[in-house]
Amino acid sequence: MKRLVNQRPSRGAALLLAALPFIVLFALYLQASAERHLENPEDRLLPGISQLVAGVNQVAFEEDRRTGEVILWVDTLASLERLAWGVGVSALFGIVFGTLAGMLPLARAPLSPFVSVLSLVPPMAILPILFIVFGLDELSKIVLIVLGVAPFIIRDIQSRVLEIPVEQLVKAQSLGMSSWQIALRVVLPQVTPRLVDSVRLSLGSAWIFLISAEAIAAEQGLGYRIFLVRRYMAMDVILPYVAWITLLAFVMDRLLAWGNRRAFGWLYTGRKAEEGA
Amino acid sequence: MSVAMTAAAPQISIRRLWKSYGERVVLENLSLDVHAGEFVSIVGASGCGKTTFFRMLLGEEQPSRGEMLLDGKPWPQEPGADRGVVFQRYSVFPHLTALANTRLFLEVSGAPLLARLFGARRRAADERAMAMLEAVGLADSAGKYPHELSGGMQQRLALAQSLVAQPKILLLDEPFGALDPGIRADMHALMKSLWQRHRFTVFMVTHDIEEGFSLGSRLLVFDRVRNDPQAPQRYGARITYDLPLRTDP
Repeated sequence: MKRLVNQRPSRGAALLLAALPFIVLFALYLQASAERHLENPEDRLLPGISQLVAGVNQVAFEEDRRTGEVILWVDTLASLERLAWGVGVSALFGIVFGTLAGMLPLARAPLSPFVSVLSLVPPMAILPILFIVFGLDELSKIVLIVLGVAPFIIRDIQSRVLEIPVEQLVKAQSLGMSSWQIALRVVLPQVTPRLVDSVRLSLGSAWIFLISAEAIAAEQGLGYRIFLVRRYMAMDVILPYVAWITLLAFVMDRLLAWGNRRAFGWLYTGRKAEEGA
Repeated sequence: MSVAMTAAAPQISIRRLWKSYGERVVLENLSLDVHAGEFVSIVGASGCGKTTFFRMLLGEEQPSRGEMLLDGKPWPQEPGADRGVVFQRYSVFPHLTALANTRLFLEVSGAPLLARLFGARRRAADERAMAMLEAVGLADSAGKYPHELSGGMQQRLALAQSLVAQPKILLLDEPFGALDPGIRADMHALMKSLWQRHRFTVFMVTHDIEEGFSLGSRLLVFDRVRNDPQAPQRYGARITYDLPLRTDP
């Protein structure tokens, strides 16, 4: 018998083990739901399969009686648009200011302490200020995401730039490259895949800020809907919405990882080569 | 050959050079003349200021006192295209293929803003880069990334990348230190033939004394002559030996 630290699951067993927690959770839920429905067939707290299907049907496939729109798609579109703007602007700030702070000591001196302090300000605490300054519309939600995510990305990119071996930067100068050329041909190409990784890591908090902002002031959006139907204890809508948000987050993460791998093959095969050595 | 070289003014002239960090003296009172085309090997124990001297040649460090002249002008304060460099590691760019690494100088010198060439100029640059890759024996690996190359091939690539810029001086910091003995011998032969063909000046820091003797046309030994046990930082290193070497194989 091998030691426990040396025992690995086979491919099939690994798949099964991966599915196990989901199956257990689902089974527990069904069990609890069934028990509650025995006592009260009208129970709304833990809806059964048929109630969930009806809930999904109502929000995802039927037009709303009041607006004539399919709620889930309207909400999804609104939320994704805010998220894309917020994360996109953060990524742009991240690559620009992170590269500047990483490459140029003259830019690092003012930027680095400021960004460090900024990253410690709890974004939710200044959400009221954002609502006052930018109004209750889209802008304040996007600014909230940017304030919450951009400092992290800037700091991450800065440290990635600083990780580039100094030998490379000296070599670049010995080829007569200007600071601009070094940024263009040496630093940015090596940092861009790191930016994608950084965005992946910050998507989780971006979702938190998005849903929080939507919960407080919005007319549509995934977070808005969840908090709206909470008043009617509509778990048959809330649970599918949560599952849908999780699925969206998962797909985004996988897409970014896949795109990175395809676009920057040199990095990943390089990593593999280093691990193998 | 040595007569002709001493008749000309030295390319590099160093007078009473001192380097210290605060209280700690690293180099003291260095004076040295080097003529164009010399191959200077620098050996010495670790911590004897070889690397500091190397960094001063690169322009990464400035002297605390004394004078350093390149072609009669004050030494540049930062690295530049007149001084090529190959380090022990990290001398090539991991995100560029061998060809793109070698072409890089031509692209940045030909296109200041975009740092990329297109069309006919790009093809001309590719041709020159390929010729250089061929000279170092890497023509078959032009499309490969550095991590796909062995340690010796990476150093060949680093040489090719530097030599495309036709530097006056080539600075080598333990360039073959991480290589297997057999490959190191191949690299020595390559280095020698490149130097004999292009006749740039070479400074090579090494801690392999044999390598210093076999490769250079001149050997410098750095060492601390004076030592105060009460204040080990008090004295710096000097050039204790300056030996001319036979260069013909």
